[in-house]
Amino acid sequence: MTARMIDKVWTGIFYAVAVAVIGLLIFFFAVVLSKGAGFWQPEFLFGRPSNTQAGGGIGPQLLNSFYLLVVTLLLSVPISLGAGIYLAEYAKQGRIVGFIRLCLETMASLPSIVVGLFGLLAFVTLTGWGYTLLGGALAVTIINLPGLTRICETAILDVPANVKEGSLALGATRWQTLVKAVLPAAIPQMVTGVILSAGRIFGEAAVFIYTAGLTTPMLRWDADWGSQANPLNVFRPAETLTVHIWKLNSEGIVPDAKLIAAKSAAVLMVAVLFFNLAARLASSLLARYFSGGRRARRARGERSKAA
Amino acid sequence: MQQMHMKRRNRWLEEYIGRTFAVICGWLIILITVTMIIFLAVKGIQSFTDSGLSLSDMLLSAQWDPDGTPPKYGALIFIVGSMLVSLGALLISAPIALALAIFMNFIAPKWFVSLLKPVLELLVGIPSVVYGWLGVTILVPLLREWFGGSGFSLLAGIIVLSLMILPTITSIAADALANVPMAYMEASYGLGSTRWQAISRVIVPAAKAGIATGVVLGLARAFGEALAVQMVIGNTMKLPSGLDSPTATLTSILTMDMANTINGTPWNNALWTLALILLLISFFFIAVIRLVGPRKER
Repeated sequence: MTARMIDKVWTGIFYAVAVAVIGLLIFFFAVVLSKGAGFWQPEFLFGRPSNTQAGGGIGPQLLNSFYLLVVTLLLSVPISLGAGIYLAEYAKQGRIVGFIRLCLETMASLPSIVVGLFGLLAFVTLTGWGYTLLGGALAVTIINLPGLTRICETAILDVPANVKEGSLALGATRWQTLVKAVLPAAIPQMVTGVILSAGRIFGEAAVFIYTAGLTTPMLRWDADWGSQANPLNVFRPAETLTVHIWKLNSEGIVPDAKLIAAKSAAVLMVAVLFFNLAARLASSLLARYFSGGRRARRARGERSKAA
Repeated sequence: MQQMHMKRRNRWLEEYIGRTFAVICGWLIILITVTMIIFLAVKGIQSFTDSGLSLSDMLLSAQWDPDGTPPKYGALIFIVGSMLVSLGALLISAPIALALAIFMNFIAPKWFVSLLKPVLELLVGIPSVVYGWLGVTILVPLLREWFGGSGFSLLAGIIVLSLMILPTITSIAADALANVPMAYMEASYGLGSTRWQAISRVIVPAAKAGIATGVVLGLARAFGEALAVQMVIGNTMKLPSGLDSPTATLTSILTMDMANTINGTPWNNALWTLALILLLISFFFIAVIRLVGPRKER
């Protein structure tokens, strides 16, 4: 076989692999959405689960997943923004920064079950809280920190240096420059990163088994603040949608456990699609807004007219 | 005058507070990591200090029978199970990932790349329980038909994991390939090579450090994945006799048993030791990445 033939054959192989991977993803979506057909019915999405009869819903689990996501973002975004600022702006390159990077790398490569077990030690046993939503949020914050810190750091570093220099030259302090000039320019990139990691938090499961727990109390919106039944109380056990699927698979006793698992998987797939599309949309919209798209174009137009 | 003075002081205060906040966040990263390691290490060595188990028994014996008399805590099954399942996944995934990375960088037309990128992003985004669920509903019945038995097997775990680590390896390998200077390609073309010759003999060798990093990261991810593997691997406490036989991994036993044991018992302590082993193995992967990875400039 001539070299040219071999080249053609390999090109064909590469195309085949790529098409196969795309086909696989389409196949996954087709299977999940067809087996979980009917997941969009409100009585499933918002209904209470049933332990004995068919026809239960996933209302509390869905609520828990979203609530955990919100609490986690409230915890992890400020910390990683601070750490990102520190690494990008303040820290001198040296031993400490090297060590922080090593720590981030370590944290990023820890299996989520190991972080979950640390959560069991620190946020469940040591604090005496038991399985709580807050414990789950703290544990998943640890998983989330390295990625988010990286996102914030690179977003800040990607801001052109002249933005910063201009602000400093006008007499602004370092912090003023950061808050009023650098961060606004870095925001589009950050928002995209945050939405993508939100998707990851939503799909995380192993870390919650030993921190947020496998159960949810009977929730009532009229319950007291301190009561476990109050949906917004962060000191209550909170089984997420992902944990629910896992539990249905291993110990589901409801007659329609398989169907509920399939429908829940479909809900998760739709959520994944949603988070990815949202990230794309946000990045293009925000980029246009913050780069002053229309104004810049008009300015350019006027300049060319003048010339 | 007074007002201006106030303003200047506020500005100074703002600078100070902002800076302190950033520094605290930076230090918090160190604090969390170190605390985590200390906690898990202290808990993990209790098997040997409190429960009197021996390290060699634990690492070299394949008998795990915490309910027996005497109870046995050999962790070899889980260590071997974890290794086989993640190496197997790597064997399937790495070549496909490398092919995809090459395709995206050098062969695919632009529109195809902009189709492939979101596909990979979605594959990363699919939660591990959904992969596990797909394994249980599609793969396991298929394997049952082909090989007999229950279908829950080492092979099922390998296939599920290989899909999960594919995007990780692909994206890192693609970055590594993209970093190879175009001049290499041009020089190779200039010497009369075909595209395949240029890719296989010049570009891939030039990017091998980056590709290796991707492969090790994929391996680490496979090693640490818990739920998807636990759902399809069968979780029987014995060494696998073949690809079609069920077994258990470090992560799967931790997922299942930690909640069933009472804090402080030898069984519970043994599980914490398994968690420590998992931690040490991920340290090992970090060390390997630091060794093989491309030198960072900055």
